[in-house]
Amino acid sequence: MTVMEFESILKIAVPVAAYILFAPLLGGLLAGIDRKITARMQGRFGPPVLQPFYDVLKLLEKEAITVNSSQDFFVGCSLLFMIVTGCLFFAGLSLLLFIFALTTASMFLVAAAYSSNSPYAQIGAERELLQMMAYEPMVLIAAISLYIVKDMTFNIGDMVSSGVPAVILLPGVFLGFLYILTIKFRKSPFDLSMSHHAHQELVKGLTTEFSGKTLAMLEVAHWYENVFLLGFVFLFFANGTLAMAVVGVVVCLLAYFLEVFIDNVNARMKWQFALNSAWIVALTFGAANMLIVYYRLFGGGV
Amino acid sequence: MSYVTKSPWVIHYDGSSCNGCDIEVLACLTPMYDVERFGIINTGNPKHADIFLVTGSVNEQNIPVIKQIYEQMPRPKVVVAIGICATSGGIFKECYNIMGGVDTVIPVDVYVPGCAARPEAIIDGVVKGLGVLAEKRAKLPAEIAEEKRQASEDAFGAGAAAETSAPETSGPETSGPETSGKEED
Repeated sequence: MTVMEFESILKIAVPVAAYILFAPLLGGLLAGIDRKITARMQGRFGPPVLQPFYDVLKLLEKEAITVNSSQDFFVGCSLLFMIVTGCLFFAGLSLLLFIFALTTASMFLVAAAYSSNSPYAQIGAERELLQMMAYEPMVLIAAISLYIVKDMTFNIGDMVSSGVPAVILLPGVFLGFLYILTIKFRKSPFDLSMSHHAHQELVKGLTTEFSGKTLAMLEVAHWYENVFLLGFVFLFFANGTLAMAVVGVVVCLLAYFLEVFIDNVNARMKWQFALNSAWIVALTFGAANMLIVYYRLFGGGV
Repeated sequence: MSYVTKSPWVIHYDGSSCNGCDIEVLACLTPMYDVERFGIINTGNPKHADIFLVTGSVNEQNIPVIKQIYEQMPRPKVVVAIGICATSGGIFKECYNIMGGVDTVIPVDVYVPGCAARPEAIIDGVVKGLGVLAEKRAKLPAEIAEEKRQASEDAFGAGAAAETSAPETSGPETSGPETSGKEED
């Protein structure tokens, strides 16, 4: 093996290892900060910042009750594909592959919910599918727009290391992505399929039939997911310079705070609103912005 | 170290009471008392819950409901009877339809008397329940191992896909843990 080959392997292996190890820590910490901020917004003291870790460790201690034998397999696959998705992202591989892997992870979660015959879990699964329908167009538009402005490449590694920050050319796409981030983070008004909070008519929606280790896996998968979703936000700012990297991280944190704020000032909406509004935002902000950058490149002759 | 005491999730059920104690339970969740400080979350789902808070006495009609919630909770679990009605039947004790306190149906670990029980007393009761929860957690692995041994002895010869959590369901037909509650009414 030449030094060059070794270096290229290292370039992928190090970020992947770092992601697998540190993403749950960061995701859990973010979840804890979320709960603390939420409590303060509601005039409460709130739980310790490490509370999400206590919750997951507690769930691991509980008795294992599963409705059927396939349920744990599906949830395990969901966690696995969530990790794979993040690895694809942080290894700087294809953005398209990243989106497909993310969809696969979500589909396994839906399959897990459907596999139990609980009406609550099934309605939760149906709503999860509707939510996926709501956010997928915007995610694809974001990927294609990034492809256009970043010199026709889906390679995330190339995207973050060159060119102008994508947000300058794609402000509409960025806003549209922030909109669907509320759905992905499972925040009000779009926490239709499963809420972090107890008070909802679906009992616990998607997760109603999961308990103990199964629920812990799901929670950890959610932490992994949150980290690479914030990574996607970062993608709009990165151009290889340190200054923009700092700006990117700050914007990621601000975006997270914005989602917590939105969660606290909104009641839950019906799925019709989620679907309609997400598509309207995707069309007006996302698609329009994409067409403008496309025309700028191929039409007018810059 | 047991994390079960650091993140006790509760589910509350109101039997045949005046609703007073149930409102006090919910008052614990408000900014005034804020039990989430201790990691306590009110879940609406027995499968996520560690502590079962029951208010009000038990009547004939809610026996299966209480039993089913209790059976669906994964171990280790603790039952806290809140208010004098849940403790002993209270002023409803002599009624023709009342069984008495919650302990006539399921095992109760902590009793919180009062009419209505004050939020401070309820929080105190839950914290007492945490001690019981930690004890039960320590005993759980041995308990589960014993049940598995029992189940494999019972299902000797038959394909032992032993996922049974409730021992009484280990018959020739496979039935989920949920159905066991319904069979009894």
